[in-house]
Amino acid sequence: MNKRLIYQVAAAAAALSIAACSSSIKLDDPAPVEDRSNVPADGSSAAGAGGASTNPAGSSRPVTQVTIDSKDPLQDPNSPLAKRSIYFDFDSFAIKDEYRSTLDAHARYLTGNRGKKAVIQGNTDERGSREYNLALGQKRAEAVRRALIALGVSESQLEAVSLGEEKARSGANDDAALAENRRADLVYQ
Amino acid sequence: MKALITALATLPILFLMLLSGPCAAQMRIDVSGVGATQLPISIADFATESRVAQEVASVIRSDLASSGAFRVIDPQKTVIETAPPDYPGLRSSGAEAFVGGSVTKLGDGRYDVRYRLYDIAKQSTLLGESLITPEADLRLAGHRIADAIYQKLTGERGVFSTRIAFITRQAGRFRLNIADWDGENVQSPLNSPEPIISPSWSPDGTRLAYVSFEAKKPVVYVHTLATGQRVAVANFKGSNSAPAWSPDGRSLAVALTLDGMSQIYLISASEAGTPRRLTSSSAIDTEPAFSADGKFIYFTSDRGGSPQIYRMPASGGDATRQTFGATYNVSPRISPDGRQLAFITRREGRYFVALKDLAGGNETVLTDGGQEESPSFAPNGRWIMYATRSGGRENLMAVSVDGRIKQRLNSNRGDIREPAWGPFAK
Repeated sequence: MNKRLIYQVAAAAAALSIAACSSSIKLDDPAPVEDRSNVPADGSSAAGAGGASTNPAGSSRPVTQVTIDSKDPLQDPNSPLAKRSIYFDFDSFAIKDEYRSTLDAHARYLTGNRGKKAVIQGNTDERGSREYNLALGQKRAEAVRRALIALGVSESQLEAVSLGEEKARSGANDDAALAENRRADLVYQ
Repeated sequence: MKALITALATLPILFLMLLSGPCAAQMRIDVSGVGATQLPISIADFATESRVAQEVASVIRSDLASSGAFRVIDPQKTVIETAPPDYPGLRSSGAEAFVGGSVTKLGDGRYDVRYRLYDIAKQSTLLGESLITPEADLRLAGHRIADAIYQKLTGERGVFSTRIAFITRQAGRFRLNIADWDGENVQSPLNSPEPIISPSWSPDGTRLAYVSFEAKKPVVYVHTLATGQRVAVANFKGSNSAPAWSPDGRSLAVALTLDGMSQIYLISASEAGTPRRLTSSSAIDTEPAFSADGKFIYFTSDRGGSPQIYRMPASGGDATRQTFGATYNVSPRISPDGRQLAFITRREGRYFVALKDLAGGNETVLTDGGQEESPSFAPNGRWIMYATRSGGRENLMAVSVDGRIKQRLNSNRGDIREPAWGPFAK
């Protein structure tokens, strides 16, 4: 046999072995529901870490299975879940239409992962009383919280808090800086 | 003398803040505005064998000079309090009052600080005291003597023995600080990588309530200064903030969001207990402040569409609006005599300290920086300290309640904000 045929046969044999595993994980399965504490922080696949031998002892044709972990969608920069900030218009606490799809995505994730919790942090710009701004920031966080509850997220998964003006970009008073600070952030715990 | 005393009674206090020490900023005071006449007072060096005790007389001189009510003469001699003053010499120096004193070390290591205040025209003793003082409190003895002299000659209670609290931010860290009114003895009860806001003195001056973001959300703590013990008295779901002490020191009114929007509740000041809700609007209610007699709570609310100041009974109930005119009036503070309301008002997009006479309704704007916040009354009601920004930096200022004198405190390191003037020393 030529080399090419050997590779083809070996590939076919390997495919048959893998298909016979009782614990196969399809590469496009969604992430498992339970927390996976062994997912690396940078979201890279744990390729090779979970090599499992399916070889009965003494087999002359051992095959080692390599499992590619599905990416944690919270770590995926291309997922809609990567958008964690909701911006508000001046003097308004209404959630603009442009953020509806982002909220839908987070709601779907949270309802599909009931063990996951998130804190919603409200912010304001620096003008005016610190304490009144703390309450305004809370109003922003609360608007996002209510929207997520309405989409089916459980109350126990969410907490709305305020940072007021305390984390505002300091000193800048141009329109861009002010708009940046009228913001609620979703922070997964 | 009487006419002078009447004139002096309307004079504000200047205060000088010089912070020294390894972790404190150096501060400089710039004054604008003019005081009126000043009573010339001669203060001799106190007779003492102890070098550290010599600073008692210099503390008295600095306090009285900084008050703006006195022109202080240093006769450059030591005069014990029992020695008869050199009346002719004092008269020719222009002095109208004279202070002599002594500091004697006692067998148990403490000091006996004695002084007498003399009226030069009448050639009589106005005041005399003996203060037994540990060495660590010699400056405080000087402050107490200055208070006594100030009150005797102006009729007003002095604030020289008081302390102030304030927050500094520097190199990404936040400190809660307390200092003597003259900026000495800066100590930092709390040092944190996260913001600290809204410090508030307990009525007896032994504890500070404040809001700390160390848990990445606002939580109200009560901090006992002597021991460093901290109790998180409000750590409910959501945000916890704006602590205000009841006059009996047992409760705090706070702003909590555990029911959704910011509302005002009453909680224990000593332990994490169950909150009692006082307001019931569907708007933002925050920044509670008790009246001096404890019967009312003033607070900020936007229930009418824009943030204004309201007043309700301290047990909760119907609230009546107190501020009108401007569309943004926040941060209510009541004067110790209960007659005046200080607050922050927004005019044409800029924020100023305003003062309203609660009986007559007359309102004056006291400042002109445009970025003011956090007003705080001195315990004698004569001054309001506040935070502002200038040149891109945050600094503290003080203004007399008649608006005539402003002092700007410049620090060469860090941003300073959130001042809270402490109570009279017991």
